[in-house]
Amino acid sequence: MRKNFLYLSIKDSLFTGLIALALFGPIVGLRTVAKNEVLVVSPKWFIVLVIVIVCALGRFLTNLYIYNRDQKFGIQSTIGKSITNFLDTKGTQIALSAIIFSVIFPFLPFTDRYLMDIAIMMLTYIMLGWGLNIVIGLAGLLDLGYVAFYAVGAYSYALFAIHFGWSFWICLPIAGIFAAMFGVLLGFPVLRLRGDYLAIVTLAFGEMIRILLLNWYQLTKGPDGLTGIPRPSFFGLPFKSFPDEGEQTFHTFFGLEYSPMQRIIFLYYLILVLALITNLFTIKIRRLPIGRAWEALREDEIACKSLGVNPRNTKLTAFAIGAMFGGFAGSFFATRQAFISPESFTFIESAIIVAIVVLGGMGSQTGVVLATVFLIGLIEVFRDFESYRMIAFGGAMVLIMIFRPRGILATRKPTITLQKKEATK
Amino acid sequence: MDIAYFLQQLINGVTLGSVYGLIAIGYTMVYGIIGMINFAHGDIFMVGAFIALISFILFALTSIALPIVLLLTLLIAMVFTACYGWTVEKLAYKPLRKSFRLAPLISALGMSIVLQNYVQAAQGARIKTLQPVIQGGFTFMEDTGFTVSLSYLQIFIILVTIILMAVFTLLITRTALGRAQRACEQDRTMTALMGINVDRTISITFIIGSSLASVAGMMFVMYYGVIDFYIGFLAGIKAFTAAVLGGIGSIPGAMLGGLLIGLIEVFWSGYISIEYKDIAAFTVLVVVLIFYPTGFLGKPDIEKV
Repeated sequence: MRKNFLYLSIKDSLFTGLIALALFGPIVGLRTVAKNEVLVVSPKWFIVLVIVIVCALGRFLTNLYIYNRDQKFGIQSTIGKSITNFLDTKGTQIALSAIIFSVIFPFLPFTDRYLMDIAIMMLTYIMLGWGLNIVIGLAGLLDLGYVAFYAVGAYSYALFAIHFGWSFWICLPIAGIFAAMFGVLLGFPVLRLRGDYLAIVTLAFGEMIRILLLNWYQLTKGPDGLTGIPRPSFFGLPFKSFPDEGEQTFHTFFGLEYSPMQRIIFLYYLILVLALITNLFTIKIRRLPIGRAWEALREDEIACKSLGVNPRNTKLTAFAIGAMFGGFAGSFFATRQAFISPESFTFIESAIIVAIVVLGGMGSQTGVVLATVFLIGLIEVFRDFESYRMIAFGGAMVLIMIFRPRGILATRKPTITLQKKEATK
Repeated sequence: MDIAYFLQQLINGVTLGSVYGLIAIGYTMVYGIIGMINFAHGDIFMVGAFIALISFILFALTSIALPIVLLLTLLIAMVFTACYGWTVEKLAYKPLRKSFRLAPLISALGMSIVLQNYVQAAQGARIKTLQPVIQGGFTFMEDTGFTVSLSYLQIFIILVTIILMAVFTLLITRTALGRAQRACEQDRTMTALMGINVDRTISITFIIGSSLASVAGMMFVMYYGVIDFYIGFLAGIKAFTAAVLGGIGSIPGAMLGGLLIGLIEVFWSGYISIEYKDIAAFTVLVVVLIFYPTGFLGKPDIEKV
């Protein structure tokens, strides 16, 4: 019996090695390189050999030590459960301390320019994640083209600010309204579709917006992008080292030394406030009839229809509100970068935001924060390994779906339930 | 002139449509059998194109006759790409059969990112160019001022597509495997009770879908002569559009949809604007889904409680 098992394991791992050879042999082993404008093949058999041996050996070991056991090991689920429980009981304290930490973060001794930049980027993704969470987590609509609304927000802010010279605080709501309008425009026809069709159509929409931005040269300057987007000012006080004649700037008004960090810190607080507004809005709207209707629609559309909820209008509001927050984040992005081009709004951005929401546990606000810190941290740490980090990123998406399909924090508890009655025997 | 121009667009459109149709079959079969959109299918097509490219480069060093090279490359691409399809299904989709609805789609998205970046890491991000494998062709209507050309390559592509389609239709309608597949589409539990290995049938579906995609990839690299790791994304969306247009789940529909998308794209770039040719396909996708959600040859999808 035991021997037979060993024999089978060896056979199985040899088969795995063979498959690995077929997979990696041609693509990894035969690298094509251009030599004198003609492609030639440069073999890399050693790497293939290593990969094949690793695959076969790994398969052999998992066969012996994991599948051979009687009980399945449930580490992932227990870890996940304990995290979920911990956050359930201590949720408010943790959220409060996280907020306090982020408020004092710019003034901590170890904070430098680099950390601030990463923090601003993370907060932008957190905001996008929270915005998309309304669409995916609450309403259950898989939107793979969220970056389109981000782009619409960024471009509408940039265009209004450049051509009309309007300030950030006027352009911000306009950008949000524009993004929401695009959300309605897209949502109106397509929201009747089933989940996976919707995913593809939103993806196509995201690409359409990008192609439009690339080719509408008169308006968007195409691939060159828009430059000279005005920086935000502190309620009318610009951040400048050399003020013009008779002009009040931030540092002269408050009597401070000029430092470029002032603007960065201001941007940091700006995105922090925007993100917290998004979060607060979501928490509040979840308790309103419309929020309840979203969650009900996510669980069972037919039941909702029979109870008189209009699915299309309800979904449309979720879509539009999600798009609006995307637009806000987009205008922040534009003002922070001072330069935008279609390059920044590719499909991979949408995929990252979706991954953040899904990884965090759809519908969980804390999950979004954790997932952002994890994923953006991962991408940042492996910045030098461009394509390897994306392999890890995609692989993480697959693994999470397999082991924890509801995300790290799977808190899809209904916000309102009937009390359970004692069963009578 | 006008007629000649039109005819040229028609020829190009049918050629391109064949490529899209072959990819679309993979989408439609997988959707039919497990009800998920295999998002990574476009990238499987890209892998197929790379394997064909490598094979062509290697054969160029030998002095084997062209027809044998074509046949061997076809087989090599099909076999190796099928391995990818099989592995992707085993790793990323099979554990999720009983999971919630969006889980396989997200897993497929992850797989697509993995495949793209894997090929980028292994083969480099630069575009790869291939010298024309089949040269020459017919020209006609020279007196009208616009010469219409029908290259041998286009004939090859269209012929191979027709042959594969015929073989494939026979496989689905006449063999035990095809019957098992159609049974799985209707009711997987019942099929399993009838003594059919459902897992194996699903694996075979992925293998067939991937090999057809690899043929499409081979044609793509021969037709355009330029590929990079990113071609799977656009081609994938367009082929999916084709599958939806023809009615997802219907195999003749996928071929019809592929032809239509190819024609729409070519005529759009020929008569309206070349920059927005990708938008044409997407617009068609949106319009079809709104007015014709079941596609041309699809069955209506009845929602039950």
